[in-house]
Formats: sequence, C-alpha cells, structure tokens
Amino acid sequence: MNPINWHSCFFLLAAAVACAAALGVVASKNVVRMAVFLLHALGAVAGLFFLAGADFVGAMQLMIYVGGTLVLIAFGVMLTARRPFLSMDTKLAQWIAGTLVGGCLLAVLLRSALSVDDWAGPVSAAPRAQAEDLATAAPLGMGMLGVRVDRLDEPEAARREGMSGYLLPFEIISVHLLVVLIGAAYLARSTRPGEARLRENVEDKINAG
Amino acid sequence: MSLFTQPIGLTHYLVVGAILFAAGVVCMVTKRNAIGVLMGIELVLNGANLNFVAFANPALRADPGRAVAWMDGHMIALFVIVLAAAEAAVALAIVLSFYHNHASVDVDEADELKG
Repeated sequence: MNPINWHSCFFLLAAAVACAAALGVVASKNVVRMAVFLLHALGAVAGLFFLAGADFVGAMQLMIYVGGTLVLIAFGVMLTARRPFLSMDTKLAQWIAGTLVGGCLLAVLLRSALSVDDWAGPVSAAPRAQAEDLATAAPLGMGMLGVRVDRLDEPEAARREGMSGYLLPFEIISVHLLVVLIGAAYLARSTRPGEARLRENVEDKINAG
Repeated sequence: MSLFTQPIGLTHYLVVGAILFAAGVVCMVTKRNAIGVLMGIELVLNGANLNFVAFANPALRADPGRAVAWMDGHMIALFVIVLAAAEAAVALAIVLSFYHNHASVDVDEADELKG
C-alpha cells in the first residue's frame, strides 16, 4: 500500500469542483445560478493552476477572472435580469443536438488525451519540483520586458535570437486593451434615442409574462 | 485506490480541460440568454488555458526531457486571461446595447441582419 499522494488528492478535489461546476453552468436554467457555478469553476481552475506550478498565472486567474470578468458578468446579469429573461427554456431538439455535438467533441478530446504514453505521468512518485521552480513571477516579468531568463543557457546563438521574449505581444495587448475599453464605454453608454421605446417594451413584456 | 497514491500526469489535466471545453461548447450552443453564451465562452477559454499551463510543466511528463520551455505556456495563458477580460467587456457592452434597443437578451431575437 503506497502512501497517499496529497498533491493528487488536492488535484482530484479541484478537478471535481471544476467539472461539477462546469456541468452546473450547462444544466442550470437560471442565469444567476449559472454565474455562481461559473464562479466556482473559475476558482477551481485557479487551484489547478497552482497545483501545476503556475503560481503567477493562478494569481492572475483569481484577480482578473474571478475578481474582474466575473464581476462584469454579474453586473450584466443584474442589469438584464428582468422576469422574462431570468430563466429561458431551450427546445428539446436543441438540447439533443447540442449535447450530441458536445459529446462527440468530448470523445475526440478524451481519445487524444489518453493516447500518448509520455503524458500518463511521472514514473516515480518522488516530487520533482524544486523550490526555485515555483517562483515564476520574476521570470515572467522579465519575459514581458523582452528577456528570456529561463533560456539564457541556450547554446545555439540562432535559437537564442528566436526566443527574444514577449515585448511586442505585450505592447500589442496593451494598446488592444485601451481600444477595447474605449469601444466598450462607447457602446454601453446609456443615453440613446430609443430609450422611451425601450421602457414601453419592457413594461409590456413584464405585464404579458 | 491508485488515483490517490499515484502522481498526477499530463493526462489528468487534459481530461479536466476537455470536460471544461466540451461543457463550454454545449453551453454556447444551447443557452438562449446572451450572457449564458458569454459564460460558455469563458469555460472554453479556461479549458484551453488549463492545457497550456499543464503542458508547460515538465514534472507532469514521464520523460521531462521532452518538455518545452515553461515560460511560453504561462505567457500564453496570461495573454488569454487578459484577452478574455477584454472580450467580456466588449460582449457585455454589445449585450447591453442590444438590450437597450430591443428590450431583450434572447440571442434568437437578434435576426435583423438576416439576408
């Protein structure tokens, strides 16, 4: 009887929470419940990132996804959660077709995930991760400034030049974020010509439903 | 149980990522609420991100020598997270704009551009 591998136990716990919450998002009809399930799924995925040795990515997942994107979605739910849209039924035929497509996709993905021997896991149970491997924030920051500190020992000069860091993608994504924020603020501004018609429509729908 | 005593491999992460991805795809195609579709997209992105981070970790493989540089996987995962935040902001702005004009968030009602 081998001793219990606690890394595996915590992985299984986080994986179970993530999968159950993802299925809950699919199965739930109420949009508020879907948002809560999504919160649990994203939090569990952050735990999986930590367990995979990606401490900075896990922290960013918690801060940006759970703390930012999900708050945005919660605001969207609150701003649009009128009675007719709180829970919307899907037709049975659409459910069958969607589940069929998703099931086929899942079968293909699982088939390919289980087919490679190298991916089955380390042979020995001894933990290979060193303490210095777990601090990824500083190398990632240097990578965004254009210096690949993890590959400074690459012997070939030609390959070293090909790994010149992520300064350009970082700049592109910065400008992209600025453009997106301005565009979103422009699109979502509240004063519109159709405002009066909107209120009539909403009240009609609430009275009817 | 061998699942609790054996070390975790890349396959375990890939299976979880595949389940998240498939659940997101089903969510995208079956939900009628536009915000529900948005949540499906978030699930799909998280499933893909999980694969990037898992492939970046050499300790999850049987032969660590075949691993690629870890920084690429982490960096792509970070970019995906940031782009998902941007995408959610724009999608939500579009949904709110549609809601202002049509008093509905049903994606089936957005058919005015039909040819």
